[in-house]
Amino acid sequence: MTFISIVLKELLGLFVDDGSLALAILASIGVAAALLHFGMASPVLAGAGLFIALLGLLAENVWRAANSKA
Amino acid sequence: MLNLFFISYFIVDGALVGLGGEFEMPRDFAARQLHFGCRPLETTRAFNIDGVVFMINWAEIVPAISAAFLGSFVEVVEAFTIVLAAASVRGWRPALLGTGAGFAVLVLLVLVLGPLFTSIPVHVLQIVTGILLLLFGMRWLRKAILRGAGFIALHDEDKAFSKESDVLRAEAKAHARSADFIAGLAAFKGVVLEGVEVVFIVIAVGSSHNMLVPASLGALAAFMLVLAIGFIVHKPLSTVPENTLKLAVGIMLSAFGTFWTGEGLGIDWPGADLIILGFAGGFLMLALGSISLLRTQRLSLKVAP
Repeated sequence: MTFISIVLKELLGLFVDDGSLALAILASIGVAAALLHFGMASPVLAGAGLFIALLGLLAENVWRAANSKA
Repeated sequence: MLNLFFISYFIVDGALVGLGGEFEMPRDFAARQLHFGCRPLETTRAFNIDGVVFMINWAEIVPAISAAFLGSFVEVVEAFTIVLAAASVRGWRPALLGTGAGFAVLVLLVLVLGPLFTSIPVHVLQIVTGILLLLFGMRWLRKAILRGAGFIALHDEDKAFSKESDVLRAEAKAHARSADFIAGLAAFKGVVLEGVEVVFIVIAVGSSHNMLVPASLGALAAFMLVLAIGFIVHKPLSTVPENTLKLAVGIMLSAFGTFWTGEGLGIDWPGADLIILGFAGGFLMLALGSISLLRTQRLSLKVAP
């Protein structure tokens, strides 16, 4: 049982290190999907927005993490 | 029947069908595979052999093999350290038994998961693997940036080896009768836990565009290389630039993840697969810029009174 819980924890740990980054990534994908679904943006614009959002999220997250460790 | 001679490898319907040498295949099989085969993209190169056209999409295959190779290399090095620690404490027999059992579990995992992927619609597969790749890749990238800037300590294989050996010695001393079992279990855990990451990388990188075989070959090459180096040096591979490798893999997986998530959402990317290189360039610039800025900030904080 302990081994299974270790494996499950490791599996979750594969994708989630900082929960806020994982949630922000999922949210930005959700926003891109919603924009496309409701026709509020062209596919290329939504794609470009998603990529820029991902870069921004990563930059903000490492900056915040570094300052909390400083 | 067709007699085909390969000087390279060829992708037919996304599957690797040759790696040098000669082999035979029925002409109608080749034609059928071609008909439903690779997408004719800008980066696809076609080869006409005895009337049958084979296609290779280098923009897909090279990043897939590289990402699988580099990602697996990092994980196999970590697994090797644990197996080596188990062997140094209780000898090679329990360590190899644990390793073998770990491999058996991983093979079982692939055999169970593999067929599931064929029954999932392509766009669902793309969006699921895309999201998982983004979570996985950006997690590695985040850690590599913070390590590169000096905010997190670098992973040290020598340290990991000493720590694992000490833990095993203490446990073996406390449970003298089951010391071999404990060492075998440690090797088993190491192989399964690190191996699951390798399996994920191979499946995630390889499943969306039928690149499972090239991705698996990349992982296998990493395994063979680590094994060969480990066999020669017989100590933890501490000189491997792990953080640089993690940074590179994080960039590649994040780029793949962005591409496939977009494709799964129905985005027709300009430049098709070539845009993956653009995404990789964007993530690379962000990573290098962040490392440089954060390192400067850390040094200025140290200097400040």
